[in-house]
Amino acid sequence: MTGPQAARLPGDRLHLQHGPIDLVISVDGPGREAAFHAAARRFATVLEELAAELPHLRLPVPSPLPGGSTARRMHRAVTPHASTFVTPMAAVAGGVADEILAAMTAVPGLTRAVVNNGGDIAFHLAPGEAATARIAGLDCTDLGQVRLAASDPIRGLATSGQGGRSHSLGIADSVTALATTAAEADVAATLIANAVDLPGHPAISRAPAQSLDPDSDLGTRPVVTAVGPLTPDEVVTALKRGLAAANAMRKHGLIAGAALTLGGQTFTALPTEADQPLLTET
Amino acid sequence: MNDRVKPQDKIRCDACPVLCYIAEGRSGACDRYANHGGELVRLDPLTIIEHSDTAVPFLETGPDWDGDIVQSTRPFITAIGAGTTYPDYKPAPFIVSQEVDGVDMITVVTEGIFSYCGVKVKIDTDRHIGEERSVVRVDGEPIGLVMTSEYGSRMLSLGGVDHLTGGSKKEGRVTCDALLNLCNSEPVEMTIDDGATLTVQAGQAPIIDGERERLMRVGCGSATIGMFAAQWKDHVDEVVVVDDHITGVLSEHQAGRLLDVPHTGIKVAGRKSTPGRYFQVAEPGTGWGGTNITDPLSILKPADAKVAWPGLRLLMVSTTGEQWAYYELDEDLVPQPAEIPPVLLASAERIAENCEPSLCSVLFMGGAGGSLRAGVTENPVGLTRSVKAMLTRVTCGGAPAYVWPGGGITVMADVTQMPTNAFGYVPTPALVAPIEFTMRRDDYAALSGHMDRVRRVEDVITPDIRRVRG
Repeated sequence: MTGPQAARLPGDRLHLQHGPIDLVISVDGPGREAAFHAAARRFATVLEELAAELPHLRLPVPSPLPGGSTARRMHRAVTPHASTFVTPMAAVAGGVADEILAAMTAVPGLTRAVVNNGGDIAFHLAPGEAATARIAGLDCTDLGQVRLAASDPIRGLATSGQGGRSHSLGIADSVTALATTAAEADVAATLIANAVDLPGHPAISRAPAQSLDPDSDLGTRPVVTAVGPLTPDEVVTALKRGLAAANAMRKHGLIAGAALTLGGQTFTALPTEADQPLLTET
Repeated sequence: MNDRVKPQDKIRCDACPVLCYIAEGRSGACDRYANHGGELVRLDPLTIIEHSDTAVPFLETGPDWDGDIVQSTRPFITAIGAGTTYPDYKPAPFIVSQEVDGVDMITVVTEGIFSYCGVKVKIDTDRHIGEERSVVRVDGEPIGLVMTSEYGSRMLSLGGVDHLTGGSKKEGRVTCDALLNLCNSEPVEMTIDDGATLTVQAGQAPIIDGERERLMRVGCGSATIGMFAAQWKDHVDEVVVVDDHITGVLSEHQAGRLLDVPHTGIKVAGRKSTPGRYFQVAEPGTGWGGTNITDPLSILKPADAKVAWPGLRLLMVSTTGEQWAYYELDEDLVPQPAEIPPVLLASAERIAENCEPSLCSVLFMGGAGGSLRAGVTENPVGLTRSVKAMLTRVTCGGAPAYVWPGGGITVMADVTQMPTNAFGYVPTPALVAPIEFTMRRDDYAALSGHMDRVRRVEDVITPDIRRVRG
């Protein structure tokens, strides 16, 4: 069995990899080396801890609180969504990013820190600091950028959809969600992407999740395997379903905002008028 | 329908604590391990080449080294699946020693991450695929350009750092994907601006605008006249060999004149170069002889009434012999299709027979940068000097690599000589290519090699290693 790996990437970034987890971490500030050290130390056992609780984490919520700290982050993030089918695994990528970020921010001297777990991102901003995240479509078209200030209550950003590594119940090309933590953004993006759908549409091929991945927490639920041509009206219909889900989450304070993309069209669920818009045209 | 997965269809991966169950033909959560016919495979296994043939000694007399650094009877460890320690502040993953006829040899095996890399593609065709300098695209993204044509072949230069990392992210991703497929001898469809749509696959005939090319031309139209004039002169009055480059006309051509072939008054469109040789008889295209014509008569001007005669026998043939037509002039000196005499048909077939099969060849080209060299030695320039002094042999996945003169270690190697799936990629995007440096143990020590990391070949070859026959 291969253990956790740590390597430095160009541009003073740290790459941590173990099994399916790939983290790319960057830090600004004099505490960088110490933070990298802390990240690698915490990372050493994260996957093992999760693996030990996997059967439990693949059960839909509501479920008993798991034991590990990463698992608890995942569980906490998905539980508010328990009215639909969801398991803590929907927040695994974000949960790991949050966990590693938390280990790093215990180190003093960080102005900014970013833990990117395959597009599910947890970040830290010291007071007065800001970060800009650029949102890109699957074809790398620019969908806009989000400016995140330390004063915003947003420390997580996650993207789900057909371009991702895990299976989706919906047809969204991508859904990006902003939330207080990466785990919360992760589950929200997953569920909004699931909601972007046209049930029964003949151009959408589906297969039972377990026929593709025997371990899938989605069981026999039909995951989308291919999306054929859709008319612009159908795209709008599907996006509106997703938008409704996103707006409901925003109303309940589960996300700060989301951007949904399908077939070249993008819808955004923005904070209320009084707030500064999070998504700006570029 | 039974949605349940039968247990025997899946295997358990023990590469990491997730312990994925993986269904047949699918990969685990990490995409690094897969179920291939019930066996757990790393998608990029370390590969060794086992040579089946006994090497023929250079000298009969004994164990003298025959100049073959990689002794053919011994397993040669390739870098495929070796992994990399990018950015190479650590020694390369495998530094392997074996004794070859009393000389201790070292092979340093690593997978290099090449941002500076690409492929040179040779496409055996005379068909017009696009103007020189035209942009080559995959999925609409620019991945390279058409470069100077070679004899009977069109050439492409694809990839390179400007497309991999210098353009948009999509451009980089598409370029990396195309290079990866080309290097792994997979087909790639590409379009050339204002030119053709091509399917290129190393070791296979190109498909140009939906048509699979079959043959390389035997020579230009003029050369074809020169080669076949003697066989034609007793059976036909005039031969026009249609070629986009130089169309040949037998009776005007030097070869025809030497054989006393009389003038016929048959006149060809285009710009006359020297007698019997015409440029630009038509536009470039995918018709006869790399031109755009499908009716060969379209390149003929009315015959000269003072010279031509009714009943004049005219053969028109392309440079590959694949297209031909036979005519006889009527009373008005207009060519009329007629039945081709068997001897002329045979000559067209002979032209075709003399054409070699058309292939696409793909040479990987990349530069081994400072950091990759550091994986081999503590003094990177020492490796460069050792390669230049021919003390160190460079191979890519076991294939011989041509090392460019000048600075650095810039290599080219034929991808068809490497084992399957020798290449990988990283999301940078950049290609991961195998590269091996082989040298004498004392030469390795002299260039400040990582001597403490040297392992015996027996220790590296374990049962889960992929073995291919060389």
